[in-house]
Parts: sequence; structure tokens; C-alpha cells
Amino acid sequence: MYTFSSKLKTFSIALIVLGLLGMAYGFFTVPKNTEEIETILSASSHNSHEAEAAHNEHKVASEHKAESHVSKSEEHQEHLEHVLSQYQNKPWSAFFIAAFFFFMISLLALVFYAIQWAASAGWSIVLFRVMESITAFLLPTSFFLLLFLVLSATNFNHIFVWMGEHAANDPALVEKAPWLNKTGFLFRAFLFVTGWNIFRFFLRKNSIALDTAGEMKYYKRNFNIAVGFLAFFIVTELFFVFDMTMSLDPHWFSQLYPFYVFASMMVSGITVILIVTVYLKSKGYLPNVKQSHIHDLGKFMFGFSIFWAYFFFDQFMLQWYSNQPEESVYWVPRLLGSYQLPFIGMLILNFVLPFLILISSDFKRISSIIVAAGLFIIIGHYIDIFILISPATVGDSWSFGIPELASLLFFFGLFIFVVFSALAKAPLQAKGNPLMKESEHYHYYNL
Amino acid sequence: MSNKTIQAIFDDDDVLVAAVKKVRESGNHIEEVFTPFPVHGLDKAMGLKDTRLAITAFIYGVIGISFAVWMMNFMMIKDWPQDIGGKPSFSYAENMPSFIPIMFELTVFFAAHLMVITFYMRSKLWPFQTASNPDPRTTSHLFMMEVAAGDNAEAVSSLLKDAGATELNVVDKH
Repeated sequence: MYTFSSKLKTFSIALIVLGLLGMAYGFFTVPKNTEEIETILSASSHNSHEAEAAHNEHKVASEHKAESHVSKSEEHQEHLEHVLSQYQNKPWSAFFIAAFFFFMISLLALVFYAIQWAASAGWSIVLFRVMESITAFLLPTSFFLLLFLVLSATNFNHIFVWMGEHAANDPALVEKAPWLNKTGFLFRAFLFVTGWNIFRFFLRKNSIALDTAGEMKYYKRNFNIAVGFLAFFIVTELFFVFDMTMSLDPHWFSQLYPFYVFASMMVSGITVILIVTVYLKSKGYLPNVKQSHIHDLGKFMFGFSIFWAYFFFDQFMLQWYSNQPEESVYWVPRLLGSYQLPFIGMLILNFVLPFLILISSDFKRISSIIVAAGLFIIIGHYIDIFILISPATVGDSWSFGIPELASLLFFFGLFIFVVFSALAKAPLQAKGNPLMKESEHYHYYNL
Repeated sequence: MSNKTIQAIFDDDDVLVAAVKKVRESGNHIEEVFTPFPVHGLDKAMGLKDTRLAITAFIYGVIGISFAVWMMNFMMIKDWPQDIGGKPSFSYAENMPSFIPIMFELTVFFAAHLMVITFYMRSKLWPFQTASNPDPRTTSHLFMMEVAAGDNAEAVSSLLKDAGATELNVVDKH
């Protein structure tokens, strides 16, 4: 039985409080009018006009300009208002990025867990309680994510362009309105998120019941639930990701996008499972988790990092090759614009470093090296999500400052609190699973 | 010094691995083990050196990627310059993304095929090679360990018998 140490609890609560303070600071220091933006812009030296032309949101604005031949000062005013809306989006965007990141990590940890059940995998059963505890974070993050979506739909922020009043003047958005409308959007989000939470609840419940009652019916039931969840998930994830992040750039679309996000968060979920496992092991828990189990998680990290890179490159190459204006609009701010450095850096953190570190079988059995690779992957995929969302919400006014860091700290603190509380609620080794012996004796022959 | 070899037959892979460990501990030399399927841990128990096939795979992969780069540079840039995706830059570096799939495929192609050929050569499985298996039963359900008998064939035989061998043959190796 694991006990949530008071030291760790204090640490997590401190992170939550720090995060809340930082987020409040972010919301209170938002510029309120265009005069404040003028002082911010004159203080910073970067020429935002040049980069502005590349930005897709400006397409609508520049069409307006061409039509009405507005005077220079009016144009300047329009630009200031645009930058103002970007600055006002910043704390919301920061919150959304962190909430989405942690939500998807716990969701994909649940998917990984369900795959173990559906495949009747033998090796991973000693890790089941760790996976279950990470999925415990699904419920709190669902709450924050849905809260954010409701606030967005009720015009507290302008993260989703297609929710704004300009959408009615945009033929493409009018065409897409049967799908991209507030009612449908919220309905789908609530349906999907509730569905996933229900599956999680029953998977966990049966797992605990298997512990105490030890009857095979719970084992069979969990197998069925896991298969049902995976079937439900793979369909709903597509539309969920279309809604959540792809609709931020409503003119741009990619069929590969949901799989790309899936791969990105799958590798993050597995990495989080690994890091929590190694942490618990370093504290003397989980005596049945051997280097072979860690080695196997490392193989999954390696495999899914390459899987991610494959989807990244597929999506990029097809659109780069075809060179269509409506597709390149997505790549210009990322590949050539102000996001170039994090974009290239993310490729190194998410593909080059994990590939070079984790390709070696010897490295995968050394905990410190595999955790270092895991941290690269986690940081890299946070940047990945940041770049998925930020160019559409804050554009070239992006920065990594107090609001972004505070949102991350808030969810990280909450993650520690929720996950380790869940770990303390049940014995760290699941009992009653008929394949348990195989998991305990699991040995990678070359280790 | 006799050239006699003891061929011990086993009917279980776990017994075989345990017997291999026992024979090695007693200081006898195992010449070869024949199994109908790969047995995990047998190579460790026999004290075989790690395979160097992975190193050759890397070398073949490097050859493959170099060949791909050379080939596409020659075909698409030098010999018959191509307008790639409406970007007529005629430069290898600037058109890199469209070449990556072929570079990847040829890396895998070279590594895979040359590795298989290397494996066959190392296992002496070239064309017209006849089977060198001493007992056809080891291809279906039995395991065989060949131990150099040395001067004390009796002692080795009883050791193998104790370790669970179901059948013992002493043969002359030439």
C-alpha cells in the first residue's frame, strides 16, 4: 500500500496555489484597450507588420482592406485591435494548452491501459495500478476543459474564430456551419468526454472488484469494457480533435491530423506511466516491476516517437509538396514565421533525441537515461501542443511567460495531487488477474 | 585424444537449458545444440558471443541511404533536372522533403536484404548446401546437445543422463 507523503502533498498544493496566482495575474494584467497595445508594441522591437501578412486570420482583414481602401491610420487601428485580441487571448490560450495537454495524457494513458486489457497482455499487469491512477486525472481535467469550452462558447474569450461574429461573413465558415456551430460543438464535447469518463469509471471499478472478490467475471467484464472503449475512442477521438484544435484554424484541414495528435499524446501518456513507475520504484515500491518492464515501456516510447515523426512528416510533406495556399497557411507561421525556433526544437526533442537515445537496448535498461529521454519527450510534446494551438489563438504575440508557466504548474500540481491520492487508495499490485504470474516472471531474454 | 562426440537427446526445452548450464559448469565443451525452434536464454546459457548482425545492419543502412542520395541527385537534379511540386529550384537540399521517403525505403531495403544474406552466409546456408543436421527429429520435436566426449566419455554420459537426457549416442566426428 502506497502512502501519499505529506511532503509531496505540500509540494503539489504549493504548485496549485502558485499556478492559481500566476493565472490570476495573467488574467488581470491583460491589456484593456489599443493604447496599451501601442505602448507594448513600441517597447518591443520586432516588426509585427511583416509577420502579420503571413497570418491566416488576417486573410479576412486584408480582404476587407482591399475592398474598402481604408486609410493608413484606419489600417493601423485595425492592426492594433487585432493585436489586442491576441493579447486578450493569451491567458485563455495558456490555460487551454495546459488543460488539453494533461487531459489528453490521462486519456491516452487510459487507452494504453485498455489496450493491455483488450490484448490480454501478460507483461504489464504489475503496472496496472500506476496506469489506473494516471487515468484518475481524466475527471478533473475533463471538468476544466469543458468549463473552458463553455466559457468560449459564451463569448468570454475569442479562442475559436468560427464562434465569433465574423464567421457569418466568411463563406467557408458558413459552409462549415452545420458542423462547426456552438450547440453541436458543446454537445459533441460533452458526449465524448462523458463517455470516456464512464468507461474509465467501470474499468477501475472492476479492477478493484477483481482485487477483493477475485472472481473471473470481473476479468471478463473488463475485457469487454476495454474493447468497447477502444472502439468508441478511435471514432470519437477523430471528431474530438477536429473540434478542439483543428477548428482553431477553421480554413485549414488535414485528414491525418487526429492521428498526429493521437501519436503525440500516446507517447506522452506512455512516458508519464514510465516516469511515475520509476519514481515509485526509487521510493522502494513496486517490488515486482523489474528492469524488463521498464525496458518494454522504453520500447513503446521509442516506437511511438517514430510513429509520431512518421505522421508529422506525412502531414508536412504532402502539404509542402502540393503547395496549396489554403494548406500552406498552416505552415507559414510555424515553419517560416515566429514559431520557427520551437517548431524545429520540437522536432529535435520529439524525434532526434529519443531516436538516438532509445535505439540502444543497453540505454533502455538504465533508469536515469530513460527518464532523461522521457523528459525530452514530455517537454517536446508540450511544445508540440503549444504550437498546435498558439499560432491560431495568439499569433505572433506569443511568449512563454507567467500565464503559460502558471497554467502548466497548476495542472502539474493537480496531477501530482490526484494521481498520488489515487495510488494511495488501492494496493499497488492488482490481484486476481489470471495472468499475474506471467507479469511477475516477465523477463526480456536479452537483459 | 579421441574425436568422439556424445549426442544427447532431450524432449523439453527447459530441461535442455538447465542441462546446458550443468554441462558447462562441469567444464565440458558443448559443440552444438540443435533445436526445432529458437529457445530463449539458450545463447546466454551456452555462453555464445552477442551477435554482430546489428552492426552490419547499421553499415548496410548507411550504404542504402548514401546510395539513395546519390541516385536521386543524379536522376532528378543532374541527369534530367525535374520540376518538383512546382518548385523549380533544381537543388537537392531545397527539395529534400520529397526525397526522404525514398531515402527511408532504400535504407530499409539495403539493411533488410543484405542482413538476410549475411545471416545465411554466416549460417553456411548458401545454395546447394546439404543439410548438416545429425538427427531429423530435432527439426520437429526433440532437442539435441552435442558434447565433446574427450577422454572420459563415461563421466560425461552419466552427467547427461542425470541432467535429463532421454537418449545418448556416441559418434565419431571426422
